[in-house]
Amino acid sequence: MNENSNTTELVQRLRAKQLINESRILTSLSDRASYAYDASFGHHIPEVVIQPTATNEVSEIITLANELHVPIYPRGQGTSLSGGPIPVYGGVVLDFSQWDDRLEIYPDDMIAVVSPGVITSHIDEAAKAYSMMYPPDPSSMNVSTIGGNLAENAGGPRGLKYGVTKDYVLGLEIVTANGDIIRTGGQTVKNVTGYDLTKLIVGSEGTLAVITEATLKLVPRPKAHKTMLVLFDDLIDSGKAISAILREGITPSKLEIMDQASIKAVEAYQPTGLPIDVEALLLIEIDGHPLAIEEEAEEVQECCLKNGAREVQIAKSAEEASKFWQARKLVSPAIVQVKPTKISEDATVPRSKIPEMFRILKEIKDANNIDLVVFGHAGDGNLHPNIIADVRDEEEMKRVEKAVGEIFEAAIALGGTLSGEHGIGTMKAPFMEMELGTKGLALMKTVKESFDPNNILNPGKIFPEKGQKLVLRDG
Amino acid sequence: MVDKRLAYKETFDCVQCGYCLPACPTYQTMNKETHSPRGRINLVKMAAEGKISYDDLKEPIDMCLGCRACETACPTNVQYGSILESAKEVLRDETKRSKREQFIEHALFEKLLPHSSMLSIAKFGLFSYQRLPLQFVARKTGVLKAVLPKGMVAFESILPKAERSKEKKSNDEDAPPGTVKVAYFLGCLMDTMFSTINDQAIQLLRKAGVHVTVVKDQSCCGALQSHGGDFKTARQLAKKNIEAFENGSFDYIVSSIGGCGAMLVEYDHLLKDEPAWKERAERFAKKHADISIVLAQSELTYNHHVNHTAVYQPSCHMTHVQKNVDAPFELIAKVPGLNYVPMDKQDLCCGSAGIYNIVNYEASMDILDYKMPAVVSAKPDLIITTNPGCHLQMKMGVEREGLSHQIQVKHLVEVIAESCL
Ligand SMILES: Cc1cc2nc3c(=O)[nH]c(=O)nc-3n(C[C@H](O)[C@H](O)[C@H](O)COP(=O)(O)OP(=O)(O)OC[C@H]3O[C@@H](n4cnc5c(N)ncnc54)[C@H](O)[C@@H]3O)c2cc1C
Ligand code: SF4
Ligand code: SF4
Repeated sequence: MNENSNTTELVQRLRAKQLINESRILTSLSDRASYAYDASFGHHIPEVVIQPTATNEVSEIITLANELHVPIYPRGQGTSLSGGPIPVYGGVVLDFSQWDDRLEIYPDDMIAVVSPGVITSHIDEAAKAYSMMYPPDPSSMNVSTIGGNLAENAGGPRGLKYGVTKDYVLGLEIVTANGDIIRTGGQTVKNVTGYDLTKLIVGSEGTLAVITEATLKLVPRPKAHKTMLVLFDDLIDSGKAISAILREGITPSKLEIMDQASIKAVEAYQPTGLPIDVEALLLIEIDGHPLAIEEEAEEVQECCLKNGAREVQIAKSAEEASKFWQARKLVSPAIVQVKPTKISEDATVPRSKIPEMFRILKEIKDANNIDLVVFGHAGDGNLHPNIIADVRDEEEMKRVEKAVGEIFEAAIALGGTLSGEHGIGTMKAPFMEMELGTKGLALMKTVKESFDPNNILNPGKIFPEKGQKLVLRDG
Repeated sequence: MVDKRLAYKETFDCVQCGYCLPACPTYQTMNKETHSPRGRINLVKMAAEGKISYDDLKEPIDMCLGCRACETACPTNVQYGSILESAKEVLRDETKRSKREQFIEHALFEKLLPHSSMLSIAKFGLFSYQRLPLQFVARKTGVLKAVLPKGMVAFESILPKAERSKEKKSNDEDAPPGTVKVAYFLGCLMDTMFSTINDQAIQLLRKAGVHVTVVKDQSCCGALQSHGGDFKTARQLAKKNIEAFENGSFDYIVSSIGGCGAMLVEYDHLLKDEPAWKERAERFAKKHADISIVLAQSELTYNHHVNHTAVYQPSCHMTHVQKNVDAPFELIAKVPGLNYVPMDKQDLCCGSAGIYNIVNYEASMDILDYKMPAVVSAKPDLIITTNPGCHLQMKMGVEREGLSHQIQVKHLVEVIAESCL
């Protein structure tokens, strides 16, 4: 990346204001190179990294950037799986991970007010002290920041019953591309005053505004949980069982599926005693009042057995439950034992199309001769087809790129979407038009231009460049 | 093109998920990704590819504690230890060490630690180190007082008095059939500064019916040398030890030092590229067991109450490298009168990390100060450790909190000895 003289000027003028401590302006190569990546693909070294810890600091930086046309790349903890925080055009990485001083719970209003760098799981832990819960639970919750979650509209297993990040945001404090500090939404659950800017900002991946504070909704913590492990000889049957459970009026708090390839990988890595001849495994968790979930557990068991389950195991203790979940947790480490590179997709389809999607995924796997396992949130159709490859194998990576394209096409053809939770970033930008159509994409572009006319906020993301293709090789 | 000396291949196992960030002490105290495991792995990869210089790599690697907490946290089994070692070894060859580093290494490796005939020199080294005023050493070695590391001055005051260690004897008689036979590994620092702990450890083993041999010609384990990137010396020391311990048939090679034990269990890894030694090293490494494992399995009678409210600070090298987690807890639970209280941040490194607290004194104190509030709020009157380095560091922590009169620091062996001997 060439030195951009405008970035140099931005840093000089910022220093002149003596607003930000020098220790939070990182300019050495080793520091800058440490903000060149996220958890996906791509490597671009920013010209400077600035670690703001107050809204007025952010406002000053962005005002300068807007005037000097310097790109701004907001970053939480860099766990994005889609290239979200990567500074593809250099400029400034705004590192929010050090800004975590505010985490306040207001039990009477059942809300939390947080700084952007607060770690997701810390919010739920703080809420727990008041018998409340912050439900969104991306697997990365012990590492990811709330700012990153808001920008990606992150979700997790609990999404089926409780929804995703956007369902828990009441209000935001944002800094816009011209440096203005604005509050959206409020502190109330009901709020219809004007356009819902809050929801527009959530999921906008740092391309419309920068989030400097959030007011989040909390819910009462369920009193009890029950976990079940269900084995199916036939994958199609597991789909039928899921529909039957939901039709019964039971919404599990988690409903996860693992395919045969994932089960085999886990058993090869750290045997947990799972049978490897089943086609699918469901992990079901229900929560609520202790008496109610006793009854529901029986109903779930019945639904599964009626629909061809080979076996239903109900955890008798918290330890047994965590043993069940261990299998799911081991999938990621297990699959990278074979080859080091993991391409995690999260194409999502309508629930009824899950078995069909599994069938197509198998075809894609065979046709392209790739290693592919599927697991994920079966309850809401948010599957995680994971391809295992080796980045150093150029020829294999080409096949992977082709397969990824085919996975997206299949999801959209079935009425689904490119991404259930990981976001678009750089990785999926080339496929946006496929899902949204020319006009849909153009409308989004108009929104972007009116928020950020100089294109300084996270440029190079979401919207495809001319002729941009998915390339997973060589950074 | 790619610098093959660096563990380049291993860096590809990192999927950059960031799960190791919360576990890394230096990421918590130094507040940037550069000083995180993910950051360091990325920088090693970039250095191997020639995209950054070795000088760029130096500070982030120097600041790493080598506590290996990131390995335990990593869901994909990244071999951070190998990556770190390769970087240290290359940096030792490729970058200039500061006067300060050289002085410390001189004082430690040539004065304090052995390089030819092991333990006796070590002892002599420490004696002279403690007896001579440091300024005098500094003047004598021509190093100005200004470069005298603060760490050495600070620690001098809390070092226990070096004792002339009693010669430790092997059991006289041969082991009756069916008895557990162990070879005891003394460790050079331990046997000088904490000699009584070794004495107690051997007594406890005997009391438990274990047959103990103190192998002659054993040497320093090489851990401190390898922390400093001097793997050449570390390999020589490893070979000496393998030779020394090969001569008898033992069920275990036992040590009471988390850090040395971690080095010993990795001899196979250290000598993996030397065909003549590989298998012998593997045999040696497999035999090692921390004293807590052997004692936890044995039938000791706990006679005396040890009336303390205690927290336990596990040695990182014992937890993350030896992977010995449960045995110390099992022992602690057996001691009558001992009220064990859990503390926050228990698995966080104390910042001692070999000679890190001397070479990087300020950084190490930042980590200690980050840790101590958790210790203090557990309100113990005793901190139990399993490694001399942690021991000194925790003593320092207690002193910095102004609690020296309230909180004692003891090795686990001392606590068990109080109850059993
Ligand atoms: C192993 C693993 C498992 C994962 N599991 C899940 C999962 O279950 N569900 C899920 O949804 N995701 C998951 N993710 C993806 C990722 O963790 C989420 O997208 C998370 O929200 C990113 O948070 P972060 O703090 O790391 O943000 P980053 O990755 O740093 O940034 C993400 C995006 O947010 C923007 N951004 C960050 N902070 C701000 C801010 N203050 N203002 C404006 N924009 C900002 C960035 O520009 C970028 O576009 C997983 C990732 C990994 C590595
Ligand atoms: S060894 Fe310790 S200090 Fe070094 S990167 Fe790993 S966790 Fe951080
Ligand atoms: S946890 Fe492991 S894979 Fe993830 S970033 Fe750290 S070292 Fe890399």
